[in-house]
Formats: sequence, structure tokens, C-alpha cells
Amino acid sequence: MPQTIIEKVWKDHIVYEEKGKPDLLYIDLHLLHEVTSPQAFEGLRLNNRKVRRPDLSFATMDHNVPTINRTNITDPVSKKQIKTLADNCREFGVPLAHMDHPDQGIVHVIGPELGLTQPGKTIVCGDSHTSTHGAFGALAFGIGTSEVEHVLSTQTLWQSKPKTMEIKIVGELGFGVTAKDVILAIISKFGVDVGTGHIVEYTGDAIKGLSMEERMTICNMSIEAGARAGLISPDEKTVDYLRGRAHVPEGEEFSALKDKWLNYASDEGAVYDKTLEIHTDEIEPFVTWGTNPSMGSGISSSIPYATDYQESSEQQELKQALKYMDLEEGTPLSAIEIQHVFIGSCTNSRLSDLRQAAKLIEGKRVHQDVRAIVVPGSFSVKLQAEKEGIDKIFMDAGFEWRESGCSMCLAMNDDIVPPGERCASTSNRNFEGRQGAGSRTHLVSPVMAAAAAIHGHFVDVRHMLNVHA
Amino acid sequence: MEPINKLTSIITPLDRVNVDTDQIIPKQFLKRIERTGFGEFLFYGWRFKEDGSKNEDFVLNDPLYEESTILLASHNFGCGSSREHAPWALLDYGFKVVIAPSFADIFYNNCVKNGILPIRLNEETVEILLKDSKGKKNQLSIDLENQTIESISSGRVTFDIDPYWKEMLLNGWDEIALTFQFEDQIVQYEKSHS
Ligand code: SF4
Repeated sequence: MPQTIIEKVWKDHIVYEEKGKPDLLYIDLHLLHEVTSPQAFEGLRLNNRKVRRPDLSFATMDHNVPTINRTNITDPVSKKQIKTLADNCREFGVPLAHMDHPDQGIVHVIGPELGLTQPGKTIVCGDSHTSTHGAFGALAFGIGTSEVEHVLSTQTLWQSKPKTMEIKIVGELGFGVTAKDVILAIISKFGVDVGTGHIVEYTGDAIKGLSMEERMTICNMSIEAGARAGLISPDEKTVDYLRGRAHVPEGEEFSALKDKWLNYASDEGAVYDKTLEIHTDEIEPFVTWGTNPSMGSGISSSIPYATDYQESSEQQELKQALKYMDLEEGTPLSAIEIQHVFIGSCTNSRLSDLRQAAKLIEGKRVHQDVRAIVVPGSFSVKLQAEKEGIDKIFMDAGFEWRESGCSMCLAMNDDIVPPGERCASTSNRNFEGRQGAGSRTHLVSPVMAAAAAIHGHFVDVRHMLNVHA
Repeated sequence: MEPINKLTSIITPLDRVNVDTDQIIPKQFLKRIERTGFGEFLFYGWRFKEDGSKNEDFVLNDPLYEESTILLASHNFGCGSSREHAPWALLDYGFKVVIAPSFADIFYNNCVKNGILPIRLNEETVEILLKDSKGKKNQLSIDLENQTIESISSGRVTFDIDPYWKEMLLNGWDEIALTFQFEDQIVQYEKSHS
């Protein structure tokens, strides 16, 4: 019987199964960071337990690290959290990319970069955007701290098998439309809880045509549709991306591995519990205007009216969101003025994101009322960008060029949007207060963020690209 | 973790959909390395105004619900970040049960691993309970063993829960200790996959 990649990977990792119980799954890769791990390590210590497979674990510092002046963390609580991770990794033998290590970066950026992320693996991390790694055909999902502790001590997890869902993207992407717009359009169309209880596979020619970095952007936001995980069947692009990476074997071993990887791809005719479709005709550059990622629209449209919704609960939700965002029903999206631009986060901080944004701003200036920052996803992205002179293009235009980390995506460090101000952000969450108490977030693609930085309000990036061509 | 079985309390109605874990516990409180002490920051952005004073309009600040250990919310409760600080904050504040029409997957898991009972009830029942709990004391009795809840407004209804989680909650078991009983299978798996 034809099988989906989801079933294949799941079956390959069952350590123990019994009717009426979740399956005990083996975990191939456990990624850790400073915010969701300290209580788990503390649990090990209290119970006199050890890390079962430090060799299958990898830690980095990303959520709470400064992006300027790394050596001088002024907040004592942050400082302690970062030191705690270093101490825990040393005590339990877990490899760590410390703040000044060349492998450092946002956990979901460095996994693929280092080749730790591979097709057919089960990957977990105490972070909901672990779904990013699904771009490689891995079964990757976020877990809580109790589960982090469970994986540290047993290298397994009890998991009930989620249902499978196919989201098919039909057609080819239009001019100026990016992977970010695709996933924002999907969430806007189907809602923030459409994926609850499911693992999603993204399919269709549009997906096949995307680069690995673009695929990561899509899988990254699966959790924003409520899905447990989101993935894409591996193909030659996946293999090419991984060849030669630090943690990928070479020579014959690689050839064997490659065949194994490609075999994980969903079989022709495999059946999903549910299939949804979206046509690329429906997708233009997107901007969110509300307080969850489904509250967004194409740049050529306006904020909806409450009367556009049938349910009174939806009307109420819209009103609540617009009140927080200080926006009026019916306002054209291009009329929204912004004061901050953030290009970064595990959704859009990879080299291709920075390259695209840099291309757009080359020779232009950031609008006088806008403060714009670029935070590369990893040390290695930063280094490569600097080699290509991308840092200079950004800085010449008036952007700040920072060290890698999560930064303004969740504003745990000093990179904060002040209360009442608006940010065009390439991150993944526009929740109330996400970028700082009282801050207002609009999610966009890197090129849309760059365009907004120059104009001081949202613009249809396709017009700017047209002028360029 | 503390076992949980029977419990009677008034309901705190939180009539909002898609409540994300950034609201349950904002990121500025995630820097601590302990599991305890998060209760005072629960729903911080909604409970307190910018100047730090109490937002009297927010339901948790209504003295009516002071003793409540049951939180009632709308669909997709706990979406967003995987932070387990969210159930830690709920528990530390005093909530032992959360009822909603639907929960985000990771949040649901995080609840049961900390001895919070998450109950999924159909939309209509939640609507009725919400209505009857707003501005008044509406008492609810929960029986996990028999999977029932009983109130004056909604009568007696049953709820579903995975038998594995139920067992875990009823006994307050340490899941890691349980998994250690499968050491042979884990070793076997590792041998055949290396
Ligand atoms: S960049 Fe943002 S979403 Fe990604 S891991 Fe960091 S905090 Fe989470």
C-alpha cells in the first residue's frame, strides 16, 4: 500500500507499541537552547539521572543572547540563564555552540546548516518552530520542558500518532511572491487551528520549485496553523543541500544514505486523512494586520470589516485585534505606517532572505522615521553575508547590522519595539506584546519588510521590483 | 507531580478564542531557571496596566473568582510557543483544571505532564458554561475517574481523555520512571539502528 512520508518515518522509530497507549518513539536528534532546558537539567540532577545520548543532543544559545555587545550582559537574570546552559552542557557532556562559537545561531537555522537535520530523522526541541526541520523530510516537532527532560534521560517520547494532512499548493508562484507569502496565505485561508492534531505535508509543483531555504520558511510556520509538525518529501534539492555539510557522512556512506533519504518521500497515490488545496492565484505579497498569523491579507487589499464575518465571535475577535493594533476597519494595507523594521528570526534570516532584501535596498535609504535592524540567523550566515558585502549594503542604507540570535522575534533581550509602535517583521508571530509590551507587529516577507523600511509604510514590493527589472 | 481526581470549584470564565502562551506568560518572565514562582506573572499583560496597576476589567482580577481552580476558555487555548512556563504559571496561580472546546497540541501535553487536567468539551456546553459563569459563582464538580463534570447550568456531562494520560494524572506518576521499564526495548532499538 502506498504510504506517506509521515507514516514511513513514524513506523521506523517505534521502540514499543501497545494498544490503547501512545507509541514509544525513538528520537534521533535533540536540539536544546537556554530558555526551555534549565528546568529539565535540574530535573535530571534531582533524580540522579544522566543524559542517555549526549551524542544525539546539540545545544545553542539564541533566544536570550544580546545582538550587540555580547560580552557584557547587563541583566543578571539573563546572564544566569546563559551561564546555566553552559554549565549544564559541560556537566552532562552535551555539545554546545556557545555565544562566540562559529556554529552559534538560531537553533532552527544551525541544525540544517550543520547537516544535523536529515531526511527521515525524528527531531525534537523545546521550541514550537522545530517544524522548520520538516523541510528536509524529517519528522520534527516542538516539545515542552518535561518532554525535554524525558528525551534527555531516555532518548524517547510517548506520542499518539497524529492524523495526516496534505496541503497542496497548486500552480506557480507569481512574480514577487515569496515562500513567506505562501504560508501566510495558507494560514489566513484555513485558520490558526486547522492543523491541530495533524502532521502536515506540503505538496505541489510550487513546493518542488522552492529552494531548501524557502521550504524551511514554509515548514517553520506550520505550528502557526496549529499543526504538530509540517514537512516536505525529500528530493534531489534536499540531497544537494546536505552534501558536504559538517555532520553529513561522505563517500560511499553518503551514497547509501542518499538512497535511504529519497525512499522516505511519500509514495504516489498515498492517502492522507485530510487534503486541502490553495491556488497560487490567490497568493500575493502578504501583510498581517491583526494579533494572530491568520489575520492577514494581500497587499493590494484593505483591513476587513466586522460585517465581512458571519459569526459574532469572529466579529468580536476582529474588533479586539484592531483595538490592540490601533487600526480601523477598511484601511488599505499600504496606508499603514511603520516605525520599525526587523529582518531576522528562524523564519526569514537565512542567506537567501538577506540577499533578496539587500538587492531591493541597494542604493536606497531607510525612511527617516524608521529604525531598521537586520539580525542574521547564524554566525555563519553573518560571515557569508559579510563576505558578499551584504552587510555594507544594509548599513549604507541605514540598517543596523547585528550578531545572530532570536532578537526582536520575541524581544527577550534588549531588542524591543516600544509600546504603541509598529514593526514590519519577518518573524512568525504577531501576538499581543510579542515584540515588547504594547508593541504592534505586522508579519511580512524580507522583501516586503525592506520595501516598508524605505517608504515608511507598506508598499507592494512588485512595483519596486518592476522598476528594478 | 500531584495526583488529581475529584475536584469542586467555581469557574473562572475567560471568554477569548486563540489565547496564546505569550499571553498566558509573557516572554520577559522566561528568564528564570526554576519551575516555580510564575503564578504572579500569569496573564501579566491582561491583568496589569502599563503603569503596573490592576486592570479591574480582567476576569482574574474579579474577587468573585478568587478561590477558583477551574479556568474555562474558548477554542484553541494555549496556541503558539511551546513554553511549559504556561502550565507552570497556571498551576502556581492555583488552576488545576482548564476547560475549552479545543487546545493546541503542545500545550495540552504540557498540562498533563504537570498534573493539570485539560478537558475538551463541545462548543455548545462551553458556551452555556461561559454564559452562566460571567459575573456569578458557577460551581462545577469534576470526577476524572468517571470522566464526568456536573454543574447546575449544564447538568452532568462526560468528557474524553486518552486512557494513558488519565492513568498518569490519577496516579501522579513520573513518566520518566515508567519509561525506564522499557530500557530493554530501547537498547534493542539502538542496536538494530546503529
Ligand atoms: S527566532 Fe523567534 S520563533 Fe524562532 S526560535 Fe527564536 S524566538 Fe522562536
